[in-house]
Amino acid sequence: MNHTADVIIIGGGIAGCSTAYYLARSGVTNVIVLEGSDSIGHGGSSRNGGGVRQSGRDVRELPIVMYGIRNLWPYLSEELGVDTEYTQKGNLRLGKTQAHYEKLKKLADNCRASGLDVRMVDGKEVREICPCLSQEITCASWCPTDGHANPLVTTLGFYRKALEMGVRFFTGAKVKGLRKIRGKLREVILEDGTVFETDTVVLSAGYASRYIMRTVGLEVPMISHLEQVFVTEREPKMFDIMLGTADADFYGHQASNGTFVWGSDSGLEIGLDQSLDNVQTYDLSLGATCRAVEGYIPLLADAKIVRFWGGWLDMTADGTYIMGPAEEVPGLLLACGFNGHGFGTGPAVGYIMAKLAMGEEPPVDIRPLRYDRFMSNK
Amino acid sequence: MLDIQEKMKEIGPYVPAEDDDILVCRCEEVTKGEIRKAVHDGMTTIEELRRFTRCGMGLCQGQTCGRLVKSIVARELHVRPDEVEPATSRTPMRPIEMKVAGRDGGYAG
Repeated sequence: MNHTADVIIIGGGIAGCSTAYYLARSGVTNVIVLEGSDSIGHGGSSRNGGGVRQSGRDVRELPIVMYGIRNLWPYLSEELGVDTEYTQKGNLRLGKTQAHYEKLKKLADNCRASGLDVRMVDGKEVREICPCLSQEITCASWCPTDGHANPLVTTLGFYRKALEMGVRFFTGAKVKGLRKIRGKLREVILEDGTVFETDTVVLSAGYASRYIMRTVGLEVPMISHLEQVFVTEREPKMFDIMLGTADADFYGHQASNGTFVWGSDSGLEIGLDQSLDNVQTYDLSLGATCRAVEGYIPLLADAKIVRFWGGWLDMTADGTYIMGPAEEVPGLLLACGFNGHGFGTGPAVGYIMAKLAMGEEPPVDIRPLRYDRFMSNK
Repeated sequence: MLDIQEKMKEIGPYVPAEDDDILVCRCEEVTKGEIRKAVHDGMTTIEELRRFTRCGMGLCQGQTCGRLVKSIVARELHVRPDEVEPATSRTPMRPIEMKVAGRDGGYAG
């Protein structure tokens, strides 16, 4: 078996699979993707609420997701030959109190300063946009270019297309560490001892990226956070926008098949102690999510939950991505720490990582996302 | 470790069969042909297959078709059915109203 490649991608989630696809589309097909679990898209890429959103995001990451929404998402279904269910009908971030209003306005002002069309609307306009929402809602931020998509099909769609174009995928290939030779990154070593060789590694393994980075002396401050989502049975069509709230107590949408997908947490997850490989849902989170959703959409009280699942978010200490080259380890390109925003931004992240892997300039400035940006203020 | 390109070469291309239009997953209306084709598109685990085709993702959560899907996948992959991983069972056991689940835990407890 040939164990060398022009580019080796560690992590078969949406970031890794889309990087592989955009490389192959540019003619670089001698690419290997190593996925630690047995299934492509096993982690957060398939376990999220499907948001393809810009509003409320950190201004350092905003240009990336805006690039994806303008240039990649609209054509993705056709390009990949799958139905990504991409729906661009807007996002309301809802509030009920003056404190909510102020929080939302600050987020909206920040995003608008970066060129995003997002504005504040009052309760009346909220219910004009989405009539089924609670009368208690007094304000919201409204971003008409936000939306949602199907994370399962999108992630596997990138995988299927890249596989068809000749990219080599290995599952059950858990990476133990990286090794430099003569000052440059060269070897990717698996737990079973198998060695892969390359000059360029894209590290997009979610929270597990941190353990792999450590083997070449890099450390970034991040934590793993359990986030949970449930899906209901199919319901008559109610709305096609994406929803969230000022306090982030839930987010989600109604999918094209009629099911509602809602994600949230109970606020207690930080005390859970589970390994990354063994995700178990936490019963208090389900009830908390139901109460949060019903508080804003009372009509959903009778909707039946059919499935409830959890997944890990890789949260950095300052709340935004880690992207770009790690100059201390020549050949290593990082794409992790997506803070729960990794799905919507996934195609653009892959596009940018492919550019970097080919030694080209990315289309947007990613320097604010450098891995060594962290400074203590104490 | 599974080399997907090698596995795809080993199992060969998708060949249409006479019974491909049989509905296997009734909740999500997924046919045998769609399941077989997805395996040849690279979906080598039940987890990937469910996510890609939606089979076993509907109201009964695969309690009806799960075994059948496993045997179809095993045949396409040239392995024994017990070598195909079982589908992940997720809570709740039966569909439950949001207003009922919402009473569990927290202030409403």
